[in-house]
Amino acid sequence: MITITNLHKQFASLEVLKGISLNVEKGKVVVIIGPSGSGKTTLLRCLNALEIPTNGSVQIGEVKLDFSQKVERSSIPRLRKQTGMVFQSYNLFPHMTALENVMEGPVTVKKEDREKAKTKAAALLAKVGLGDKLDHFPAQLSGGQQQRVGIARALAMDPQVMLFDEPTSALDPELVGEVLKVMKELALEGMTMVVVTHEMGFAREVADEVIFMDQGVIVERDSPQQLFSQPREDRTRQFLQHLKS
Amino acid sequence: MQMFLNNFFDNPERLNRWIDIAQSSFLPLLKGALLYSLTLALVSFFFGLIIAILTALARLSGIKPLIGLARFYVSLIRGTPLLVQLFIIFFGLPSVGIMIDPFPSAVIGFSLSVGAYSSEVVRAAILSIHKGQWEAAYSLGMTYWQALRRVVLPQAARVSVPPLSNSFISLVKDTSLAAAILVPEMFRKAQEIVAATYEPLLVYSEAALIYWMICFVLSIIQDRIENKLDRYV
Repeated sequence: MITITNLHKQFASLEVLKGISLNVEKGKVVVIIGPSGSGKTTLLRCLNALEIPTNGSVQIGEVKLDFSQKVERSSIPRLRKQTGMVFQSYNLFPHMTALENVMEGPVTVKKEDREKAKTKAAALLAKVGLGDKLDHFPAQLSGGQQQRVGIARALAMDPQVMLFDEPTSALDPELVGEVLKVMKELALEGMTMVVVTHEMGFAREVADEVIFMDQGVIVERDSPQQLFSQPREDRTRQFLQHLKS
Repeated sequence: MQMFLNNFFDNPERLNRWIDIAQSSFLPLLKGALLYSLTLALVSFFFGLIIAILTALARLSGIKPLIGLARFYVSLIRGTPLLVQLFIIFFGLPSVGIMIDPFPSAVIGFSLSVGAYSSEVVRAAILSIHKGQWEAAYSLGMTYWQALRRVVLPQAARVSVPPLSNSFISLVKDTSLAAAILVPEMFRKAQEIVAATYEPLLVYSEAALIYWMICFVLSIIQDRIENKLDRYV
């Protein structure tokens, strides 16, 4: 489903990604962990071209972008339509209700019929447990509720892949659970997911594969059981020990 | 003051005359205000805002020639008096064969002026929108124009209502400059009535009162719009 080949990203003189290659099969959940500055968020943002990689290629579903050549502007929205993105700071549209937030993509981008989009949006909000908040504005919702609207908004585009960028990092501890629960259900339904997170419990429970990144490279990738209990690399061990203390 | 009062008490006929003139001039003045002053302001503000948005986008585009062009335009319009610009358009352009009627001349002049001044307001408002909003729009597959129209401008509009209302109210009063290029707006009407009656204090005060009334109503409308746009905060 996702094929990343030799991906490089450089900001000025700082090389953030140093040749990442990765395959994610359909229906798999991949969790990326690593210290801050390791490049995990940048990698995720390269997958929907919010950051344009300096080199390498990204293929999601049928759409392949080769960044070693000049990328056509029109191909970027095509890549983005394959992916749904959930942001750390939710980034809901504050001037639209929960329902309008979720309808926005289908109506504006896919030119879906308004009524049809509305029905679908209401169903998605019900699915994330917000069937009674359709007409609330983001400012009237808690962080956990906002993030669930964010997930519904991304799902409304029927993406092939869902990308989560530290979806619970901005939440109060008591609200983390409700968001993780929705993500877990999504994983059980067979959604292909790439998740950058510090929630090791989620990684252990839901991930098919955990990737440990440090300094712009993939240090180690393995099943969660293996990686958490018997990491092969010293750097992974140090990082995990750091988390426990 | 003493002289003013004496004038009236010694001369009740003058008072009666004032009342007559005030009554007979009110409707023509109001007509000039609504038909020309306010219409001129509304039409010019509409085109001016379009120019302002395009200029702001040009400034933010990162494309050097566009940025240069936008800066040149803003600098030129802000650096020259509006009255001089109106004279160039109406009295100057005919000498190179471009004849424009008074009203459209005024619309062009005022639109260019609003466009230049408001472009800075619009630019600041767009910059005030968090970049996560653009990213969220892009991540749904929106193009630049879709993100702008559906996500960024509606939020920027909220931020820019107070300063833009200010500009609009200024513009309503500035339309009196159009009297100088023969637009039959309220101030020109007032000048004509003064020419016929020789009562400048009365007639110009009456005109001032009408400008004030219009601006008073406009600031009430401004409050309404602000309340409506603030409902989601």
